[in-house]
Amino acid sequence: MLATATILSELQDRFGVESIAPQPTRDEVPTFWTPREKIHEVVRHLKTQVADPYKMLYDITAIDERVRTHRDGEPPSDFTVVYHLFSYARNEYLRIKVPLQSEALNLPTITDVWPCANWYEREVWDMFGVVFDGHPHLARILMPKSWVGHPLRKDHPARATEMGPFRLPEEKQEAEQEALRFRPEEWGMKRSSATSDFIFMNVGPQHPGTHGVLRIVLQLDGEVIVDCVPEIGFHHRGAEKMGERQTWHTYIPYTDRIDYLGGVMNNLAYLVAYEKLAGIKVPPRAQVIRVMLAELFRIISHLVWYGTFAQDVGQLSPVFYTFNDRERAFAIIEAICGARMHPNWFRIGGVAQDLPRGWDAMFKDFLKYLPPRLVEYDKTIMKNRIFKARTVGVGAYTLDEAIDWGVTGPNLRACGFEWDFRKKQPYSGYEQFEFDIPTATHGDCYDRAVVRVEEMRQSLRIIEQCVKNMPEGPYKSLEPLSAPPIKEPGTMHDIETLITHFLGVSWGPVTPPGEALGAIEATKGNNGYYLVSDGNTISYRTRIRTPSFCHMQTLPNLCRGLMVSDLLAILGSIDFVLADIDR
Amino acid sequence: MRETIIHIVTVLVVLFVVLNIAAGLIWVERRLLALWQDRYGPNRVGPFGLLQVAADTIKLFFKEDWVPPFADKWVFILAPGIVMLTVLMSFTVLTFAPGIAIADLNIGLLFVLAMSSLGVYSVVLGGWASDNKYALLGGLRAAAQMLSYEVFMGLSLMGVVLMAGSFSMSAIVEAQRKMWFVVPQFLGFVLFLIAGVAETRRLPFDIPEAESELVAGFHSEYSGMKFGMFFVGEYVGVVLISALISILFFGGWLGPVLPPIVWFLIKMFFFIGFFILLRAALPRPRFDQLMDWGWKLMLPLALANLLVTGAIVLAVR
Repeated sequence: MLATATILSELQDRFGVESIAPQPTRDEVPTFWTPREKIHEVVRHLKTQVADPYKMLYDITAIDERVRTHRDGEPPSDFTVVYHLFSYARNEYLRIKVPLQSEALNLPTITDVWPCANWYEREVWDMFGVVFDGHPHLARILMPKSWVGHPLRKDHPARATEMGPFRLPEEKQEAEQEALRFRPEEWGMKRSSATSDFIFMNVGPQHPGTHGVLRIVLQLDGEVIVDCVPEIGFHHRGAEKMGERQTWHTYIPYTDRIDYLGGVMNNLAYLVAYEKLAGIKVPPRAQVIRVMLAELFRIISHLVWYGTFAQDVGQLSPVFYTFNDRERAFAIIEAICGARMHPNWFRIGGVAQDLPRGWDAMFKDFLKYLPPRLVEYDKTIMKNRIFKARTVGVGAYTLDEAIDWGVTGPNLRACGFEWDFRKKQPYSGYEQFEFDIPTATHGDCYDRAVVRVEEMRQSLRIIEQCVKNMPEGPYKSLEPLSAPPIKEPGTMHDIETLITHFLGVSWGPVTPPGEALGAIEATKGNNGYYLVSDGNTISYRTRIRTPSFCHMQTLPNLCRGLMVSDLLAILGSIDFVLADIDR
Repeated sequence: MRETIIHIVTVLVVLFVVLNIAAGLIWVERRLLALWQDRYGPNRVGPFGLLQVAADTIKLFFKEDWVPPFADKWVFILAPGIVMLTVLMSFTVLTFAPGIAIADLNIGLLFVLAMSSLGVYSVVLGGWASDNKYALLGGLRAAAQMLSYEVFMGLSLMGVVLMAGSFSMSAIVEAQRKMWFVVPQFLGFVLFLIAGVAETRRLPFDIPEAESELVAGFHSEYSGMKFGMFFVGEYVGVVLISALISILFFGGWLGPVLPPIVWFLIKMFFFIGFFILLRAALPRPRFDQLMDWGWKLMLPLALANLLVTGAIVLAVR
């Protein structure tokens, strides 16, 4: 890792050896510790001063280190704030860690360097109680305002049974409702301008256009949006907290429900991270099965987006057509996995079972069926003049803005940047497949649609190659850490193997201590899992970085000065899933 | 005395038929939309789901007749009544077939336009009285849209009036014995069709309701039979506009072999079907685009059409 050495020694030259303390990690992402006094300067330096700068803030999160046992060579800390940066020029992640002690849980904000740090820092405050000095609005983001405590701390209960019975007397209900009232002053908004009084309108949490429980407070001058505040957290289920109580392999079904339109795509992101951590090699057949199903789910997710986007701009029929097509894809998923939206099909080191007889015929039918349908949708949706009038030039960002806001996936490619993690950092054997990276130029609602439509065709191409070239061999790795283990013929006749098998199924693998980030090109953008193991059967910290979270954060920039109808077109075009935002 | 009775009977028959067609349309629309959208639609209640409408009506009648405490009570109750009243009043001057009309006024067409203008009140008042932000935005959108489309709606019909030399419906139909007005007045027809869709607030001109944006627009707060009145009012509007199109541009009851009333119904149902197809096919433009379109394109076209028609009519005479 020459590049690692370069960036670290470069930083050491600039900031001194004592400020930049490298740490080796299992995923080989360059990692170093820096004191909180330096973090702001270091981050700014990395974004603007270094050659091939780290233009994207990928993620900010924290770890409660107080009950951790394996910390060889790390500086002592009660809490660690972890920054992930990404450099498109280097095609490399960078991890920066800041140690904090319980008595002084604060560090400077970096929202002035990256605007998208805003929500990430709010989340860290909400979940860990770490204060970011100078943050413009450090309020809870996922938990309700009235919540007591910080859920991802190790001393916060994880189960309802640990928290006493839930009661909602009338006073409490009223207090909770009052807490939800929007107060424009808190957000630095005025109630009127020189010429008009503004309307503050709640779009959601129950609204047909928000595709889930999302609340957007609009500041309206007539029908023109002056500003807006997206409020998230209504769909928060504590997926990261659950990661700290489920064993490594029993957490897989929970990942299905993160981006609930992406199905096994979520399994893949989690397993890419875990397999790096555990050092497991996945056999070729399993890899190809994974790619094939993941790409099918990309199509499924895009079909839902296609129909609902058309519906958002008022076209009633396409949603029925695309959902019909999706059913056909689900028929294949069902035949292979036995479930539809949440198949929970991938396992550590492979997949749950081998493909059933006749799987290839189903795929071939689908490959024949979908392309003519896509041509038809081109005519009814993409070439429709009213549709174009509603979407062309609406809600555009430039490439620089998109990178600055941490936008990934089709939304980034719509700005004309040919960047796909399947090509640039191939995982699960994507380097063996031929496919193009569709791009568009203007970054507006229409171009985001163009990219997604073309992506469906590319996914079909990949699936076709999978069907043609499915390798023979095992569908699951036989390595000891790949749980649950395969039941071999002798397992039930011999107490030793039976016990081993039983432990492998119930406890799962005891994973060596370490940490790893696994990130993939999911349906909506870059989905990453950052896992920390403390040498146990469960994860010490599971961080889920989802694309929808930062895409939603860009919403106010996209819709200022536009009209209410445009807001719906923008929401439709950025393709988010609330479960993916709130986790 | 006998005439009075005949009049009363005609009124009752027309009212009965119109309301039944409108209610039946709910079923027709749902089935047709379903057909075009690869699904079944209501097919459980009665043969082919025909009794679905009856079931829905009974349900609406038994819903709580609720007025939100924050609403302006009397206006809130009045608004859905206005829509039914104005649309039904328009039917009084239509001539469905020779001798089948309630009142063949010599200013029939003007009366229809006047009534449809009054219809705006129901939507605006409904939106205003609800004291709900969505309803308010919906009401304002409706006011802007219907006022601007009203302007060229009337103008687009003046060509027909010039050529027929009368505002009376029966005279206009009689004037089409040689040729349907859709041929010489094709532009007028297109303009009127568009204005008619806008007038009934149906896709692609349903921005006052725009369910993906404004939830249900001006009738967000309405429920039970008051909602039902808005709902049926919309369908009566569709029937009205379709009837007007067949009378003004497609020779009304004129046609060979079949009895006149049958011809009239065939033509009317054709346009009703067209309205439903529009809803299945098109997305919804944005509010300001709609205004632009109305004022900057449709209005000049309507004026030009009127000017040219007038010049030709003068020259021929």
